[in-house]
Amino acid sequence: MLRLHYNLERISMGLVAGIIVAASIGGLVEIAPLFTIDETVEVPADLRPHTPLELAGREIYIREGCYACHSQMIRSLADEIDRYGHYSLASESAYDHPMLWGSKRTGPDLARVGEKYSDVWHAAHLVNPRAVVPASIMPAYPWLAATPLDISTLSAQLATLARLGVPYSPERIANAAADALAQARPDGAGGAGFVARYGDRVAVRPFGGDPARLTEMDAVIAYLQSLGRLTTAPYVPQ
Amino acid sequence: MIASLSINERQVGLMLTIGVAILGLIMLGAAKEGPMAVHGAMALALGIVLAFSLVGSLFDPDAPGGRAARYYDEPTRFGLMLTLIWGVVAMSVGVWVAALLYWPEATPLWPATSFGRLRPVHTTGVIFGFGGNALIATSLHVLQRTSRARLADSVSPWFVLIGYNLFCAWAVTGYLMGSTQSKEYAEAEWYADIWLVVVWVAYLVLYLRTLARRNEPHIYVANWYYLAFILVVAMLHIVNNIALPVSFAGARSFPVWSGVQDAMVQWWYGHNAVAFFLTAGFLGMLYYFLPVRAERPIWSYRLSIVSFWGIVFFYVWVGSHHLHYTALPYWVQTLGMTFSVMLLVPSWASAGNAIATLNGAWHKVRDDATLRFMFVAAVFYGLSTFEGSFLAIRPVNSLSHYTDWTVGHVHSGTLGWVAMIIFGAIYTLVPQLSGRTTMAWPKAIEWHFWLSIAGTLIYVVSMWNAGITQGLMWRTYDANGGLAYSFLESVMAMAPYYLLRTIGGALFLTGTVLCALNVRATMLATPVGAGASDRPLLTQPAE
Repeated sequence: MLRLHYNLERISMGLVAGIIVAASIGGLVEIAPLFTIDETVEVPADLRPHTPLELAGREIYIREGCYACHSQMIRSLADEIDRYGHYSLASESAYDHPMLWGSKRTGPDLARVGEKYSDVWHAAHLVNPRAVVPASIMPAYPWLAATPLDISTLSAQLATLARLGVPYSPERIANAAADALAQARPDGAGGAGFVARYGDRVAVRPFGGDPARLTEMDAVIAYLQSLGRLTTAPYVPQ
Repeated sequence: MIASLSINERQVGLMLTIGVAILGLIMLGAAKEGPMAVHGAMALALGIVLAFSLVGSLFDPDAPGGRAARYYDEPTRFGLMLTLIWGVVAMSVGVWVAALLYWPEATPLWPATSFGRLRPVHTTGVIFGFGGNALIATSLHVLQRTSRARLADSVSPWFVLIGYNLFCAWAVTGYLMGSTQSKEYAEAEWYADIWLVVVWVAYLVLYLRTLARRNEPHIYVANWYYLAFILVVAMLHIVNNIALPVSFAGARSFPVWSGVQDAMVQWWYGHNAVAFFLTAGFLGMLYYFLPVRAERPIWSYRLSIVSFWGIVFFYVWVGSHHLHYTALPYWVQTLGMTFSVMLLVPSWASAGNAIATLNGAWHKVRDDATLRFMFVAAVFYGLSTFEGSFLAIRPVNSLSHYTDWTVGHVHSGTLGWVAMIIFGAIYTLVPQLSGRTTMAWPKAIEWHFWLSIAGTLIYVVSMWNAGITQGLMWRTYDANGGLAYSFLESVMAMAPYYLLRTIGGALFLTGTVLCALNVRATMLATPVGAGASDRPLLTQPAE
């Protein structure tokens, strides 16, 4: 063996090949089956993708680095289930490009935070966390309520995700911007079409409080209120 | 730096810089979103500045003759300066974000200074800016010495260093403008990722071409590690960053992987960034600079073979230990845990080999702070790999995961191992590159050493306490079978540890600033007695 290596280390391309082979095996064994084994992810029939408004909120959640302090993955441990709810299922993030499971809980897990707090609470909390939770160490995000939401690229975003396998129909893609407005304006014109496209389990209301303006605050709250509510699978007894 | 290039090389360099400027102009013209336009403008400005300085010196005297009989160390010198600039900037950001966890109200209410945007500036800045520049700079030095040959050409080392730093600058400015892929330690956007692949291929080609010119029959151990670093980081970077841009005129993209597959790919990448960026590369550094400084040969050649292939083979399996008890299939978690424990064998073989090399040189460890940096690095390498294997065991992980224990573990590796070996290498290299036998301020090395040790210990011990406290509070039940503590109570319990961690980080940063000033003074000082024996082996006489 030593003799073999003695010769190998005289050939640079031999080392290169050896390193590539040795370093590929582990990844191939662990990752490749995840794409072929059907049981890895059982997508429930009622799983819906995020609405355009929620998707915009998710992109803001990513932009502000929320995932660095909040996980979205409840582990199958008793105390986590008692604290946060049913453990997270693989299917719940099946449409998440990228997943936001997180790695650190400086703040609590958010996988099932949807509809646990009111919209008003979220709006006050995001503007100044210490206004509602005096001991909080979360940064304040006052610019969310002041910044109009950019809905101009939502159609392109949905189209890109559709190419990656997320079920956004051509109709959903074409109406993305209108649907973002409609979800935050319950009395607006596009409400019926929106519900037809995304179902009646989706919340339609002025999340940020002001139906006259569509801001980043509306999008973030709509996203937070959707967490853990994209499918009923974890809550229905099997 | 330009004076060391021949006229012909200056012309090639001019073409490259014009290419970078045109790339920047195209990005600037095509961009419909903010970050990409700013990044295009950055590339354009860089290209123009470099092109002007090259044009200005096109007719300056040619590079001095007989270059083939000398090593090419200017890129290494430049890379070490960048290492320290990134180190000071990124560690300052680290101390600042640590302070924000204790004083959350201290954040100015501007998006760009928000904690969530600054944190990846810290992680990218220290890992890629500080660590990456140190790896590239030292690898070019070690490659030439262990091959007894000059670098294969004089332009590509500059392309690699400047191109790599353009990537780092794009990445961190992107985060400040709100552009991120959110994948931890791979946050840079799609065009920056593609650019890094181009730079990385140039780096690999330069490495292999120089190896092909070597005048030593055998490739030294340090180069195996640097090669593994270059090759596997390329593989990880490409697979983890495959993404579909929403538009080629904007920074936004969506990764092709989703959900559980994305999690597995991300942590396969994430842990192997630790393995091949923060471990393999720095082991290459250790395997060269520790024996050189101690003036002792590596203790066991056989052990270095076993540990090298052990690390290359085992590490790739362990990423799934980041996903214990999650929705990842159980068998993948178990494989990750098993290999994590087995990984301790090659890890400790490397650490033990390094420490045993110091046999017969312990008096030098006592007297020479530079060698002591490298000794402590090897000890922390051993300790943090032990801790890593321990934390990967499923029941232990159920307590430690999501807590500050992980943060403490990472910093025992990055401060105790990675930064210490970088400082040891810098204090060995900089006097040599400046044509001197010592640093300008030898006593400052001693101060730096103790500041680093104190900072690391305060940081790591406070994070251990923080993490274990958090983990226990989350899982404690009261007599009635309810959870004993609210999440907020666990946040409030962290305050003293977050303050201590900030102090530890500030001490470490002070040491780094001292190092940067010392290096600056040494590089500006008058050369005293250059090393005449430090020359490549020439097969034919130089002209």
